[in-house]
Amino acid sequence: MAGYRGSNINPKKFERGQIKILLVLLPLAVFMAIPIVYIFCHAFKPMDELFAFPPKILVSKPTWNNFSNLFKASQSSGIPMSRYVFNSIIVTGLVVLASIVFSTMAAFALSKLRFKGKYTIMEVNNAALMFVAVAVQIPRYLVVDFLSLKDTYLAHVLPLLAMPVGLFLVKQFIDQVPDALIEAAYIDGAKDFLIYRKIILPLIKPAIATTAILAFQGVWTNIETSNLYINDEAMKTLPFYLNTLANANNNVAGQGIQAAAVLIQFLPNLLMFIILRKSFMNTMANSGIK
Amino acid sequence: MARTIGRKRSKIAKHENGNKSAYGFLAPYLILFSIFIIIPIAIAIGLSFTNFDTIQFPTWKGFLNYVTLITQDEIFMQYVLPNTVKYAIVVGIGGYVLSFLIAWALAQLTSVPRTILAIIFYSPSMTGAVAMAVVWKIIFSGDQMGLLNSWLMNLGIIDEPVIWLTSSTYLLPIMIIVALWSSMGVGFLAMLAGILNADEELYEAAAIDGVKNRFQEMIYITIPTMKPQMLFGAVMAIVGAFQNGAIGVSLSGANPTPGYAGQLIVNHIEDYGFIRYEMGYAAAVSVVLLLIVMVFSKIFSKLFKEKD
Repeated sequence: MAGYRGSNINPKKFERGQIKILLVLLPLAVFMAIPIVYIFCHAFKPMDELFAFPPKILVSKPTWNNFSNLFKASQSSGIPMSRYVFNSIIVTGLVVLASIVFSTMAAFALSKLRFKGKYTIMEVNNAALMFVAVAVQIPRYLVVDFLSLKDTYLAHVLPLLAMPVGLFLVKQFIDQVPDALIEAAYIDGAKDFLIYRKIILPLIKPAIATTAILAFQGVWTNIETSNLYINDEAMKTLPFYLNTLANANNNVAGQGIQAAAVLIQFLPNLLMFIILRKSFMNTMANSGIK
Repeated sequence: MARTIGRKRSKIAKHENGNKSAYGFLAPYLILFSIFIIIPIAIAIGLSFTNFDTIQFPTWKGFLNYVTLITQDEIFMQYVLPNTVKYAIVVGIGGYVLSFLIAWALAQLTSVPRTILAIIFYSPSMTGAVAMAVVWKIIFSGDQMGLLNSWLMNLGIIDEPVIWLTSSTYLLPIMIIVALWSSMGVGFLAMLAGILNADEELYEAAAIDGVKNRFQEMIYITIPTMKPQMLFGAVMAIVGAFQNGAIGVSLSGANPTPGYAGQLIVNHIEDYGFIRYEMGYAAAVSVVLLLIVMVFSKIFSKLFKEKD
């Protein structure tokens, strides 16, 4: 044997050396998965299993009771849960759509067009990657108040649209599109908007999917906008309602309902990621800050 | 050939500097970026030099808020700052190193187990702050019905249920565990993609040149070839750690947290801003937080920035 042969990044088939790695990763993966599996099963546990002692992770006789109780609990509080779900869907849809359009447009300009101030804008956006939104929640509140956005859907939507990470990733991805393609289109007389729509957008589908995932994750579980900018209960979103539930029913019976609500929050995120993960990883390969 | 190059150059020249439509493409993003990121930062910096109770017009105080923060705010110096430093080092830096090591280990597996494990490692970061608190509150429940209490009592490690989340001894370590649990986010996937994208010939060449084991290979080949992803991952890790900083309040259900044990700088801002309405002072704390994040990111840039 000639000693070490170089490890196999992205191996095609299973080799014995991988067993060591699996032995380290599997226990960690179990630690990561336990809370999620537990909450998943909790949501389907009937009352006697929720009260069972000692508590068990897995569910043996699954039921939909917690979900129907979740809907009933919200009926007694005056505002039906469907209203929060409706608000969340509207807000999420608007944020995802608008952030795709805005960040692909801006990324196209930053990557392929030439104009004054381009590098400054890119530098500022790169610096904004380290922006921690919670740090400026007070000034943000003042801005939302000043623009009279309080108690409107726009208060949920607008603050989340400027997503430096999204713009950064899309721009990096558009950088991979060869300039020659765009030159050829200019020669054929195409205007910038046509190039954006007919050449860029079809070529950057993975980056679009990535922006969609990031925007969705940012908005679907966001509680700040409901907490800070909205006073009208009927305008608040699902995470806010979930938080109220979490604070109100801190007993074992309430746990089943909370778990059901958590699942409603978590599953769309997970499914979206699983479906779009290839595009996501494809974009991430270009994510480096140079 | 020469003619096509000439024509190409003239086309680019035509679009050099003068492309007006670029501003149209940028406008929606830039306007929102200014309103919700730049202006709030500017307001925070401005307000940090004033006394502002949200009702009366702010009055100028100069550097007094900063001076008070450093010299007189005992809670900040005694609890908030040490907690934040511990939390940022373990969750920000520790979480970052852990994400990289896990990504690196995952890259050595075949595609199917790698994808499944990557989804498992990534999924906690998708739960969102509220759901995360609910999940862990149930696990750390303070009576014998709590999963952890029941396990530990079964193993005979403790005799009586521990009230984990309102205990000033356990709150910070629990916050750190929960934050680490959810720290395999976008940066983790970026680093995984970066490792997988590496040139295989480089690895073969390194083995011929005398790289002896996986560890050497990681230090001499993997990390240097993916510095840009390493930097992106680092920035995401630091921002994520601070962004999740309110976790102590959601777990213990109180701001301030019991005995200030889980009080982080983000909670201090909320405490002064939204509970005491001392907005000027809260703004000064925000500016300090932004500076801390910047210092961390600068350190990582020094480490990973590629020299031209």
